[in-house]
Parts: sequence; structure tokens; C-alpha cells
Amino acid sequence: MAQQIRLEVVTPKGAVVSEDVDIVNAPGYGGDFGVLANHAPFLSTIKIGTLTYEQGRKRETLMVSGGFCEVSNNKITFLVESAEFGSEIDVDRAMRAKERAEKRLAQAAQHDEAFNRARAEAALKRALARIKTAKSN
Amino acid sequence: MPSLKEVKTKIQGVKKTSQITKAMNMVAAAKLRGAQEKMEAFRPYTQKFNEAMSNLSGGATTDQFPLMEKREVKSVELVAVTSDRGLCGSYNANIIKLALKKAKAYEDEGKKVTFVCVGKKGFQALNKTGKVRKKYTDIMASFQMFNAREVATDLADNFLKGNSDKVEILYGEFRSVAVQVPTFSAFLPVQPVEAAGQEKTKKISGDYIYEPSTEEIMDVLQPLYLNVIVYQAMLEVGASEHAARMTAMDNATSACKDIVANLTIVYNKARQAAVTNELMDIVGGAEALK
Repeated sequence: MAQQIRLEVVTPKGAVVSEDVDIVNAPGYGGDFGVLANHAPFLSTIKIGTLTYEQGRKRETLMVSGGFCEVSNNKITFLVESAEFGSEIDVDRAMRAKERAEKRLAQAAQHDEAFNRARAEAALKRALARIKTAKSN
Repeated sequence: MPSLKEVKTKIQGVKKTSQITKAMNMVAAAKLRGAQEKMEAFRPYTQKFNEAMSNLSGGATTDQFPLMEKREVKSVELVAVTSDRGLCGSYNANIIKLALKKAKAYEDEGKKVTFVCVGKKGFQALNKTGKVRKKYTDIMASFQMFNAREVATDLADNFLKGNSDKVEILYGEFRSVAVQVPTFSAFLPVQPVEAAGQEKTKKISGDYIYEPSTEEIMDVLQPLYLNVIVYQAMLEVGASEHAARMTAMDNATSACKDIVANLTIVYNKARQAAVTNELMDIVGGAEALK
């Protein structure tokens, strides 16, 4: 049995995952990164994207939205605003959200509204990440 | 002596009121449970967040981040987080009182004071001062993280523009169902977080690998940290509001009971008086016929 690392995913609504896992792959700020057991202390910001972890033969995917992650003492903690299991994502809803966000983005671009644009962009990113996560599951 | 009918109507009215207050008490109790659960759920997040922040700020110097910049304080912004609805005893009034007291203290020192109101009750009271810069009302019933972010981003922007040199946040701290204390905490400039459990957190911050870099992480973390503070305050206020309303409504219900008891005595006396009067009439009439 290979060594394992403790994975914790915490959102404002409570802890989502708290398990010992073999490997964690996360969407870091500068690109995806993988973390194995006994990783050196590490701190990175997290983009909206897909987080995967493996535990023996089990492989889980999670859609995470922005936050950061900390590795220390053989424990990896994700602090993200939201996290959803790939299996729980409603793809139709995400599709609709994507279309909505695209429409809003186009509108915001026309009227040059920076704030709305940023919001629509974030919404679009989340929707895309959801769809991707659900498909990779 | 009030007439029988008057007293009877009054008793019925008070009884109806007590039904309402009792129902409100129960609703508040149910909502309190929800709010408390929300608070419980958020606790691990804050805890981890503070740990990470204290690890980080151990290695960082404070002046290089605009949000941590300590300037000479000329204008102070006070963020009053209150509930949207009333009927919760002196709860909101206490926060408002604290806000006004702080504002006066700062103004006596010659500083400019502005208010930002989260929650309708605070706005209604503080608007009279004419110093409210911004308000966020009707969000307390079902607020989410993004509501907190909106507030936090605006406060940070205002701070960065130099319109405020110091921001404090005032809210009702939820100690227990019976005790809610109006408190304030410094919001901006961001204070370096002190490690809560000193013995637990070893000073390992220097050994961390940061990606992309300490500065950029701080740039992301600090706004997030502000969100967390605002969200936390809103959660506390949410729970405190319901707890305060529960107590207030409980008091109101028992006050209603007292009033009903007193009125019943009045009613009985009035009825007895009426009976006696009638009897005397009858006896008088019978005497006269003899």
C-alpha cells in the first residue's frame, strides 16, 4: 500500500471531502499540479476548474471555484468558495448557465460594463468547469 | 369602571396578540437553528483560513500590500451590520447606538466619519445622520457568499482610493441564545493574523513553496479574507437577530399573559358589580311593592 495524503476540501457551507487519498490533481494558478504523500509545504491559489483525486481504484472529480490550497504535514487543504462532485452536477443546468453567461457577456461587452463583465466571465468559467467536470467523471 | 363589553374585547385582543407573538417566537426558534447550522458549517473554513493567513503573514512584511497600508487616519468608515426586520428587542438599537457612539468619538478627534449599512434597520436609523455612503438592504434573509463579496469589494475599493483610511465593522456577536453583544472589529487596513494556538503552529512559513508568489497569493487571499470577515459578521448578525427575536417574543408572550390575568380580574369585578346592582334593584322593587 502506497503512502497516502489527507485531503480536505472546505467550503463556506462546510467540509465536502475529508479522506486519505493516493494523489490529488488540482487546478493551480499557474497550471494544474499533482500532489502525492509527503509533499513539501506548499501554498497555491486555485482557479475555477476540476480537482481529481484517486484512492486505490476509486477516482473522484470535483468542480471547485476559486480559492487556495495549503499542503503541510502530509495534509492538503483546499479552501474554495464552492465544490461539487462531478457525479452530482446537473449538466443541463450548467449548459443553460453557460448560455446565459455568454449572453450576458455579449451584453456587457456592448455597454462596456466592467463589473458585469467580470461577473459574467466568472459565471461562464464556472459553467464550463462544471460541464467539463461532469464529462470527465 | 369600564363596561363589561369593553373589557371582554380587550382581553380577546390581547389573547390574539399573544398568539402572534408565540408564533413568531417559534418561527424565530426554527430560523435560529438554521442560522446556527450555517454558522457551524462556516467555522472550519474560517479556522483553516486563519491558520493559512497566520502562516503567510509570518513571512510577509506588512507595508508592501496596499490593503495593509497604515495611513494617517483622517476618515473612518463604519460598517454597521444589522438585521432587515425589527421586533427583536433592543438588538438593532444596541448596534446603532454603538455605531453612533463610535462615530461621535471619531468626530471629536476631528476625523471624518461615513457609514456603510448592511441591513435595513441600521440604514433607517443612520440615514438621519446623512453620512451613509452605501447601503445593502434586504439581503439578510438569505445571503450568500457573493453578497459578502460585494460589500467587501466595495469597502476595499474605497479604501484603496484613499476615501477611507480605516474601516471598522460593527455587528452583534452571537455568544449564546440569551446573550448577543454589539461588538466591533478592525477591518481595514488588514491586520496580520496572530496565530491562535501558539504552540500548535510552528514557524514553518519560511519553508513554504508559494505558487505563484507570496505577493500574488496575498493579492488573492486578502480580498478573500475580507469576504470571510464580512460573511462571518453577517452570519453572526443573522443568528443573533433570531435569538434576540426569540427572547423578545417570549417576553411579549408572558407580558400578554400578565395583562390577560389583570384584565380578567377587572372583568370579574365589573361583572360582580353588575350582578350586585341588579340584585339591589330587584330587592328594592320588591320592597316597594309591599
